[in-house]
Amino acid sequence: MNITIPKLPLDKLIVALLDMLTTNFAFITKALSNITGIAIDFIVNGLMLFPPLLLILILAGLGWWLAGRKIGIMALVGLALLWNLRLWQSSIETVTLVILATCAAVALGLPLGILAALFPRFKKIIMPILDFMQTMPAFVYLIPAIPFFGLGPVSAIFATVIFAMPPTIRLTILGIIKVPEELIEAADSFGCNKKQKLLKIQLPLAIPTIMAGINQTIMLALSMVVIAAMIGAGGLGGEVWKAIQRLQPGMGFEAGIAIVILAMLLDRITQKIGQKYK
Amino acid sequence: MDEIKDKIKIKNVTKVFGKHPEKALKLLDEGMSKDEIFQKTGQAVGLNNVNFNVREGEILVVMGLSGSGKSTLIRCVNRLIEPTAGSTIIDDVDVNKLTIDELRNLRRRKFGMVFQNFGLFPHRTVLANTEFGLEIQNVDPAERQKKAMDALNLVGLEGWEDADIAQLSGGMQQRVGLARALAVDPDILLMDEAFSALDPMIRRDMQHELITLQERMKKTILFVSHDLDEALKIGDRIVLMKDGRVIQIGTGEEILTNPSTEYVKRFVESVDRTQLLTAKSIMNKARAVGYPKDGPRTVLRRMRDEGLSSLYVVQRDYTLLGIVTADAAKKAIDDNKNTIADIIDKDIPHVKGDELLSVVITILAERQLALPVVDENEKLLGVVVKGSVLSALAE
Ligand SMILES: Nc1ncnc2c1ncn2[C@@H]1O[C@H](COP(=O)(O)OP(=O)(O)OP(=O)(O)O)[C@@H](O)[C@H]1O
Ligand SMILES: [Mg+2]
Repeated sequence: MNITIPKLPLDKLIVALLDMLTTNFAFITKALSNITGIAIDFIVNGLMLFPPLLLILILAGLGWWLAGRKIGIMALVGLALLWNLRLWQSSIETVTLVILATCAAVALGLPLGILAALFPRFKKIIMPILDFMQTMPAFVYLIPAIPFFGLGPVSAIFATVIFAMPPTIRLTILGIIKVPEELIEAADSFGCNKKQKLLKIQLPLAIPTIMAGINQTIMLALSMVVIAAMIGAGGLGGEVWKAIQRLQPGMGFEAGIAIVILAMLLDRITQKIGQKYK
Repeated sequence: MDEIKDKIKIKNVTKVFGKHPEKALKLLDEGMSKDEIFQKTGQAVGLNNVNFNVREGEILVVMGLSGSGKSTLIRCVNRLIEPTAGSTIIDDVDVNKLTIDELRNLRRRKFGMVFQNFGLFPHRTVLANTEFGLEIQNVDPAERQKKAMDALNLVGLEGWEDADIAQLSGGMQQRVGLARALAVDPDILLMDEAFSALDPMIRRDMQHELITLQERMKKTILFVSHDLDEALKIGDRIVLMKDGRVIQIGTGEEILTNPSTEYVKRFVESVDRTQLLTAKSIMNKARAVGYPKDGPRTVLRRMRDEGLSSLYVVQRDYTLLGIVTADAAKKAIDDNKNTIADIIDKDIPHVKGDELLSVVITILAERQLALPVVDENEKLLGVVVKGSVLSALAE
């Protein structure tokens, strides 16, 4: 039996939509693309100016100061290993992408989360979108990024921002909403207006939760930046990608271990910062 | 002559929780009970046509069992809960007619609120909590710190201003709650079961402290409690509520001696304790005493520290000599007297420890001051105050 119901032209619709966006908004994406490209180059080149060993010492010291001795030592050993494996430049590239993407995701996600927490109607709109963003397989975002920003790290950042932003939004909402009703009532009884309530009560009490969200955003950003090697993002993901294409498992694992080291360092340090606010 | 002013007027206030209050209002008019209305319409009646006034400078206690609508009522006064019908009037201003901004201003200027679970901000220190109301009013930092420190001193928390809230015991936390409310120097204190979460000893201390503070402050206090004992101890008048209605208003004595309904009677029901209890069983320790060799200034300071208007004078071995009033002590200072020895009023009524409550009551009825209790050697054992007689009767 033949099925004769025609296929819905969902693909064509999406392509048409993307075409429309690229032709009409190219000037914005171009500008964004340029700015981001410059920022990436600036940071990577800047960091590469330092002698690697000096930078490793500085970063380990920073880790110690932010998160304690144990993590400081962990950073020292881990970063030295990256350098020894000749993966220093790739690591710097990857971390730069992660940091830029995280900054953008937080800069967008935090206000969106605050709005959603304060306005239930906006929350109703944004929640299904967040579900959609998170369940869509990560690398699907890469495809539409290319027509906007071309192949390379800029596309990678934009796909990463979309993929990594939801936890910041979600946990900002959660942190604000779970401020106990009795504290809100106490604030109201003294005649607080909305802004005072937000700045003096809701946000400060939500900080630990928001920090947990940012931590998750960083982890997602790292995983996405690695996947984005497929569209030429370079960095450690690029090393993995090369290893796959050349069937060199040794090289692939070296880059993989480097990613794990970065993930652990970023995770521990941001967690420790979050705990400080408790 | 000044007449006592009504500070808060609660007029026909009704609150229905639910999506269709109009249905419930109609059934209330038809005289249906709260339970029936809930069964029929799913609307919860919180308050049903409540009417009473709170006088300027009094402590009025709203009392009733759980679910009787006490919290709803106190929140209708500053509109934390919007009443379905009726209005509250503060100093001739109808709170329910105010815009949001006007309401905010009214809350800032007139009200201090203290909550059962304290409602303190865990991310702020004791001082920053106490400053909160002033900060909201944009008072400048130096002044608000000074005012907050004064409020903390008032509740006996000097030295704790930099502590975190989590470091404090329940009793101390509620002192912070009280200081936070007092720091804005409000006309009206709203206290919703402010002491209910505290254990009995600390609770009694806090009640005592509130009474002492009130003697100085003369705020208008609306105090919610589910505890008759507490209501009798601190209330100038008591409002009894049941199922969202007011069923009796009056002083503690009125309610004890003349319960208006079976329900009130059950609330206060007890055997005739006046023939069972003795003076010794209900007395409190004298908080401070004077000695004949004390100077008038010393005695006066002691009174002030304890918030008393007179002091019992005893010999070294605690034999009761008499009483010195603040007025007499002040006069002695003017007369340049070195000791209080010859301003002691020696002709004061007192009772033995085993005297029955019925006798104590008749003596106390004629007196403003506390009644001293002595042993067979005329040594001071303690004092009986009106409040403790009433609460003993209520138990
Ligand atoms: N937000 C609400 N939604 C629905 N019903 C409510 C709400 N708040 C209170 N009620 C109902 O209103 C009635 C009065 O509640 P209220 O909290 O004022 O009682 P209360 O006297 O303070 O009791 P408690 O001693 O337990 O604090 C109760 O029947 C309660 O179920
Ligand atoms: Mg209550």
